[in-house]
Amino acid sequence: MLGLGRKDFGLLVIVALLTLLAPFILNPFPSDSSLAQFNAGYPDLMQRFVIFGIFAIGFNILFGLTGYLSFGHAAFLGVGSYAAVWMFKLLTMNVIPAIILSVLIAGVFSLLIGYISLRRSGIYFSILTLAFAQMSFALAYSVLTPITNGETGLQIALDDPRILGVSQTADGSIPVTHLFGLEMRATEVVNMGPWQFQFSAGYYLCALLMLIAFYLAIRIFRSPFGMMLRAVKSNQQRLYYTGLNARPYTLAAFVISGMYAGLAGGLLAAMDPLAGAERMQWTASGEVVLMTILGGAGTLIGPVLGAGFIKYFENIFSKINDNVLHGWFAFLPDGIEDALVAVVHPFIGKGWHLTLGLLFVAVVIFLPGGLVEGGQRIARLFRRKPAPDTERAHQHTPAE
Amino acid sequence: MDAIILQTLNGLDKGSAYALIALGLTLIFGTLGVVNFAHGALFMIGAFCAVTLQRLLSASYTTLDETRTDFLGNPAKIETPYVEAWFGPDVGAGIIEWSVPLAILFSIPVMMLIGFAMERGLIKHFYKRPHADQILVTFGLAIVLQEIIKYFYGANPIPTPAPDALTGSFDFGALLGMDPNVIIYPYWRLVYFAFAALVIGAVFAFLQFTTFGMVVRAGMADRETVGLLGINIDKRFTIMFGLAACVAGLAGVMYAPINSPNYHMGMDFLVLSFVVVVVGGMGSLPGAVLAGFLLGILESFASMTQVINLIPGINQIIIYVVAIIVLLTRPRGLMGRKGVMEE
Amino acid sequence: MTKTNVTRRGVLRTGAVAGAGLALPTYLRAAQHEGFTNAPTGDTVTLGFNVPQTGPYADEGADELRAFELAVEHLNGGGDGGMLQTFSEKNLDGTGILGKKVEYVTGDTQTKSDAARASARSMIEKDGAVMISGGSSSGVAVAVQGLCQEAGVIFMAGLTHSNDTTGKDKKANGFRHFFNAYMSAAALAPVLESLYGADRKAYHLTADYTWGWTQQESIQAATEALGWETVENVLTPLAATDFSSYIAPVLQSGADVLVLNHYGGNMVNSLTNAVQFGLREAQANGKDFQIVVPLYSELMARGAGENIAGIPGSQNWDWKLENQLGERYTGTNAFVQSFGEKYGFPPSQAAHTCYAQTLLYADAVTRAGSFNPCAVAEALQDFEFDGLGNGPTTYRGADHQCFKDVVVVRGKENPENEFDLVEIVEVTPADAVTYEPDHPMFSGGSLGSCNPGA
Repeated sequence: MLGLGRKDFGLLVIVALLTLLAPFILNPFPSDSSLAQFNAGYPDLMQRFVIFGIFAIGFNILFGLTGYLSFGHAAFLGVGSYAAVWMFKLLTMNVIPAIILSVLIAGVFSLLIGYISLRRSGIYFSILTLAFAQMSFALAYSVLTPITNGETGLQIALDDPRILGVSQTADGSIPVTHLFGLEMRATEVVNMGPWQFQFSAGYYLCALLMLIAFYLAIRIFRSPFGMMLRAVKSNQQRLYYTGLNARPYTLAAFVISGMYAGLAGGLLAAMDPLAGAERMQWTASGEVVLMTILGGAGTLIGPVLGAGFIKYFENIFSKINDNVLHGWFAFLPDGIEDALVAVVHPFIGKGWHLTLGLLFVAVVIFLPGGLVEGGQRIARLFRRKPAPDTERAHQHTPAE
Repeated sequence: MDAIILQTLNGLDKGSAYALIALGLTLIFGTLGVVNFAHGALFMIGAFCAVTLQRLLSASYTTLDETRTDFLGNPAKIETPYVEAWFGPDVGAGIIEWSVPLAILFSIPVMMLIGFAMERGLIKHFYKRPHADQILVTFGLAIVLQEIIKYFYGANPIPTPAPDALTGSFDFGALLGMDPNVIIYPYWRLVYFAFAALVIGAVFAFLQFTTFGMVVRAGMADRETVGLLGINIDKRFTIMFGLAACVAGLAGVMYAPINSPNYHMGMDFLVLSFVVVVVGGMGSLPGAVLAGFLLGILESFASMTQVINLIPGINQIIIYVVAIIVLLTRPRGLMGRKGVMEE
Repeated sequence: MTKTNVTRRGVLRTGAVAGAGLALPTYLRAAQHEGFTNAPTGDTVTLGFNVPQTGPYADEGADELRAFELAVEHLNGGGDGGMLQTFSEKNLDGTGILGKKVEYVTGDTQTKSDAARASARSMIEKDGAVMISGGSSSGVAVAVQGLCQEAGVIFMAGLTHSNDTTGKDKKANGFRHFFNAYMSAAALAPVLESLYGADRKAYHLTADYTWGWTQQESIQAATEALGWETVENVLTPLAATDFSSYIAPVLQSGADVLVLNHYGGNMVNSLTNAVQFGLREAQANGKDFQIVVPLYSELMARGAGENIAGIPGSQNWDWKLENQLGERYTGTNAFVQSFGEKYGFPPSQAAHTCYAQTLLYADAVTRAGSFNPCAVAEALQDFEFDGLGNGPTTYRGADHQCFKDVVVVRGKENPENEFDLVEIVEVTPADAVTYEPDHPMFSGGSLGSCNPGA
């Protein structure tokens, strides 16, 4: 169906259901319970999950298929964001032109960088992409401030022209981003007993685009073009000897993944119209590398899981403070309560980095194939019937 | 002219830090084939060896001085370091003052141990794993090490001064027959340069002139054959890892007086050290050293006002511009070996 | 993988459906009935404290958080009440705000605009915060202020020193208690003249981003008005750690004063490097060479160690103010006392500003009789108060900037402990640092109208 095999179609349907029902799935705890801290079903984080999911899916098209490890992909995300915010400033607050432009600009930018960087392979390629991205970051932060607004980040203002829209609304505010009148920030809050679920217009736009992006990624993975990219990964020499030039294929993969990053950047700006230079820093590039590897490089769903995992820790764990801990352990006697708080304290709030670092190490040690392998192991438990042959085949072709 | 000499000195000084860090990294990365994102953290831990020793030496006992009060109106607490109590105030203060040079001795065993522990406990299992896994595990490790340091020492930089005898500056101009005060340069930075040269020389001599070094070099070239000859190359690689950790640590100890150490200083140097190693060429120790000095000197020249006025922002990006130019004109960096990390 | 997800989803959805069945679903739009975002409905009100908890400013963020916790404790009637007793307004009686108990949520800005906005959005969307406060850099403050304006909550800025926060990026929902670069310059100039004379040549090293530029511009204008000459202004990359190549040429430039427009780790390193190169002992143009660091903070002073001895700069507040300059700065001792009793060391200026902002917000809500941001903003505009440690202060309505005395400090030669690193040189009165709202350094933006959201 839709040109997909049965298994892939099943995966797509599952992902679609998961994203559409995310407001329920991510808010499993009643909003007045002490575990509500772990709820992730609010618009900002849900949007981030799918946007960084798009970013990681795109990155995986390059890294997972061709093995080329770009360490500068954040530059495309940043460029996409700047393009989108400029569209909001100059043209209209409608998100469609902004998103289209951000994808196009990121595509052109990645064509440029990819064309140069792909002259080298391996670590030399990685460092070239890193160098370009770091240059973009440094310049955006300083010399290019007239275009990027430097440290503060590019924001929309009351006196922007906005040719097809209004500079400011009737009550003197900055207009908000919208899709033909549907405000991106519009959120429907549904209370069901103690549970609260939030349905955000912006989230569903992002989710829809992620599903399209995911579908395209499956098609690419299964296409002859995808096969060619995998051939580049397994043995580029052999390709050359058969008389094929791998460069156009890798360049195409690079540009496609750059456009995915641009889409993610454009969506970030559409959900929250601000573009900061930090989006292009090497730490941001490193983050998408970590997301992809953590989830399972070369797998279809892995990068999305990795993106969700990292963003969850960044946004949920950093907000747990001692006060919250005391709330959780309040039912215990004072001495034990304080002791428990003291034990947990280093890992939450300002220590969320520590937890994340430990989990990276743990995942890579215990789940060599990333989070996807964790899923497979659990699936195997449920299946109860060991099928060693197919499983092993599965593991040996990570580009699945 | 004097400006050029000054910036050359600055470049050599920066370059020696880059070269030292890159040397350690290339021992692990270029030769053992492990992408070690925790290398910056090793540099940082080295600097914190100096901080720790300073703290240890100034460990104090508290007495209350009833004649004075602290900011809350309670009797003031007077902290007296034990070393001052034991050896008298002058000798004690002197010992504390020399904590950074003393930390060199302190850091060698500490860094060796950390290096061994890292290799045996973690890295060893990743030699045959994909680079992606190595990145994830070493990056995770770097974060953990960083957070541990932050937990104990906070996020603020901690001043770690050099001994008074080495804090002044040296008048180079007078040496060259110029007017006094035209070219003056801090003693400690000169010490750093000399120290870096010494360490780099020692590492090269060790690899070049000892049997151990010979085996390791053979192992880098063809690990399998060396193994077939019945030589236990794994054990030697462990020692190499310890050595690399040690070089990074020493670079950190000596760097502490130049800039007050903080817990994320390793990350600040991480990207840069990878750039240096790759520009130098994978698998080449002299390449890494050469690239370190080259980038250090060019960075210094790019920050001259005249240059910035000519090309605004060049000081922000010079390292990356050089990296791109080198990698595009020389496919394997300055002195890279064919086939190392090219896949 | 596939199967697992089905199972998990199944379980969760069953739960959700069961939940739906138990209670009658009520559909309502966010806070539509109250007329503003996150109107507190129960007997509590939630404030959001968004401070750097990771990255280079983590210690400063930790100090801000301590102050917030203390302020909440005092508002809820705990502790010794701190500055509630000295505050010129007596509306706060320890029963929370408008009778609602104050609760708070914390987040990590990471000193990155993106992360700060994500954290602030989660406070607004998930936790229902009506006010966001905190922060340790101007980029973050401007970004979060913009977000609060769009979302319709009040932003009480923490440590932010750039002119832009209440200049070209000012917002109707944002308020700044901390001073700014222009005020630093105006306060420092007369002191610099009395210390070093009117005939000086200055060399500026400036962090190459917006805060650095506004500070450099302010200092240059103020010192040139004294008769100083500006020899050179060199922009240094934010990522720079070793400033030797920027410091080395200073002595040969003909300058006799070095101005370091750096903050945080940049300042610690550039000052350390400048002292290494012997600038503090050097002679130039027949005078002693001098170094000036226009914006000081206690944590930077601690990081720079003995290098700061004798180096002048400005602060928003200092914990020794009341002891040394008397009654006018009442509130200082009360705050230092309760902070010191609780945490064991004196508070930093970042902590003070965050504590004061929380109290100011609580008081404004009480006077307005509502949490509606527009009512709160109106109560804060042109509000005059005293007793919060800075002397008589005005929250100007035209740009939401506080005007108060500015403290000029100098690094102590022989500090007794690590919290006593600076000494107060002088206090420049508020009049001397006040400027017109349409001053060129602050022009280009407008407050817009207040946004209650919803």
